[in-house]
Amino acid sequence: MDLENEDKVENNNSEAGTEKSKTEKVLTLSTWVVILGAWYIVTKLELFSPTLLPPPTEVVTAFFKLLKDGYNGIALWVHLGASFRRLFIALGLAIITAIPIGLLSGYVSKVKAIVDSVVEFYRPLPPLAYYTLLILWFGIDDKSKIILLFLAAFAPIYIACISAVRKINQDYILSAKSLGASQKKIFFKIVLPACLPEIFTGIRTAFGVAYTTLVSSEMIAATSGIGWMVLDASNFLKSEVIFIGIFIMGISGVLIDAGLRFIERKIVFWKGKV
Amino acid sequence: MSQEEVLIETKNLDKIYGTGEDSVLALKDINLEIRRGEFVCVLGPSGCGKSTLLKTIAGYIEATNGQCLMQGEEIEGPDWHRGVVFQSSTLYPWMSVKDNVEFGPRMRNLPEDEIKEIQEYFLEEVNLSGFGDKATFELSGGMKQRVALARVLANNPQVILMDEPFGALDALTRNDMQKLIHNIWKENNSTIFFITHDVDEALSLATRVVVMSKRPGRIIREFNVDFTDTLFDENTKFDDSSQRVEYEDEYFKVKNEILDIINNQV
Repeated sequence: MDLENEDKVENNNSEAGTEKSKTEKVLTLSTWVVILGAWYIVTKLELFSPTLLPPPTEVVTAFFKLLKDGYNGIALWVHLGASFRRLFIALGLAIITAIPIGLLSGYVSKVKAIVDSVVEFYRPLPPLAYYTLLILWFGIDDKSKIILLFLAAFAPIYIACISAVRKINQDYILSAKSLGASQKKIFFKIVLPACLPEIFTGIRTAFGVAYTTLVSSEMIAATSGIGWMVLDASNFLKSEVIFIGIFIMGISGVLIDAGLRFIERKIVFWKGKV
Repeated sequence: MSQEEVLIETKNLDKIYGTGEDSVLALKDINLEIRRGEFVCVLGPSGCGKSTLLKTIAGYIEATNGQCLMQGEEIEGPDWHRGVVFQSSTLYPWMSVKDNVEFGPRMRNLPEDEIKEIQEYFLEEVNLSGFGDKATFELSGGMKQRVALARVLANNPQVILMDEPFGALDALTRNDMQKLIHNIWKENNSTIFFITHDVDEALSLATRVVVMSKRPGRIIREFNVDFTDTLFDENTKFDDSSQRVEYEDEYFKVKNEILDIINNQV
């Protein structure tokens, strides 16, 4: 018997489909050149007051000054660190609670009956609506912010888990039973990994929601953090600091999402290939 | 027919899906015996309840009336004595080929070195030794089904249930797979319950062909056949051409009879 020769190992090109072509890369790059160029020209022509729209050069100088001296005597990385500490503690707590509760809710309808309506109730609420209450209860320090971000991040992960359990290929579970797997082993060896692709999508959504919530909450009540820095700068019309803050938020958001996608590719290596 | 032990027995089995006006009678009065060492092929038009019968034997669904027994005991749910190969492979993509094959023995808590031995033996048997570390999505359709087969064989089940396992494969690969499954059946003395809608596939593999009617699925007739060894045994030599003609005549006689039965009930 010589079956190997007939069978070909299939090439997997699904990755190549998402890769940007050369023209697309050039287009993306040119878009940014145009945006930055327009900014430069508009400020060069002094169409607006530099207090409202500072020239790029000034923003860059201010950025290095900020790196050196910090904002209001507090180093830039301290502000960033304060923000990310809140973000990642909340996100971590959401991940370790929402995944088991979500999977259980998908698996056991009684658990869903308990948790689901509560999540469905608070999920559409703008987080800032109940943030005021959290401040009254937990103060304006990190505790209220972490709880706020945790709640914001919990819902997307929880919902992704439920939907993932629903969508599991039932034959995976049946074949595992026919191979002698117990209910518990099916949960850990089959259900959990089968849900991972969707769980990751949920985590990335949760990160996006938590990040926007983080900045807004820091703008409402805080004494540190990147959001607070931007708000404080606007009170003193330091528009170049506002620009720096926005750039830092945008770039760090993109970087963290890229990091999450990298981890996703490592852990859920089969995603999109089945 | 052989007097081997009866492994699977269904008695007056009915299956009704749904209730009230929407209910569908999928299986009606199925009485079937599967003896050790048999290769039973169930043949019937699509939607005739073949898969329902397989799922009942596997323990995935419960019969509405009647009994489904394994070695005299009521089947109450899936277990590893009845291995199932599905039409599309249900290999777990998060596990390597090797881990997929080892899954059954590992679930049964066999010692680690035995698990490894079993996995190597059965990957060899489906001609995939050396592919153990590959990811399942790197394999072609035929290779995936061979891994699925090895995964079931690794548990050494009493009966292997196969639901149109080669239905999604191209003709050439399917031929190879039929030869492979024949050899494995011979070598391991397996008992196989095999569903197909391809008359030639049934005739070339089976020791017994069970023909089912369209919905509600009933067993219309059973044929005891023995073309399989002649077809797949490379040493078979016909003494003279008349013997060959006789063999082929017999094959087409049975085939036409089956086709007549199936076509006449439209």
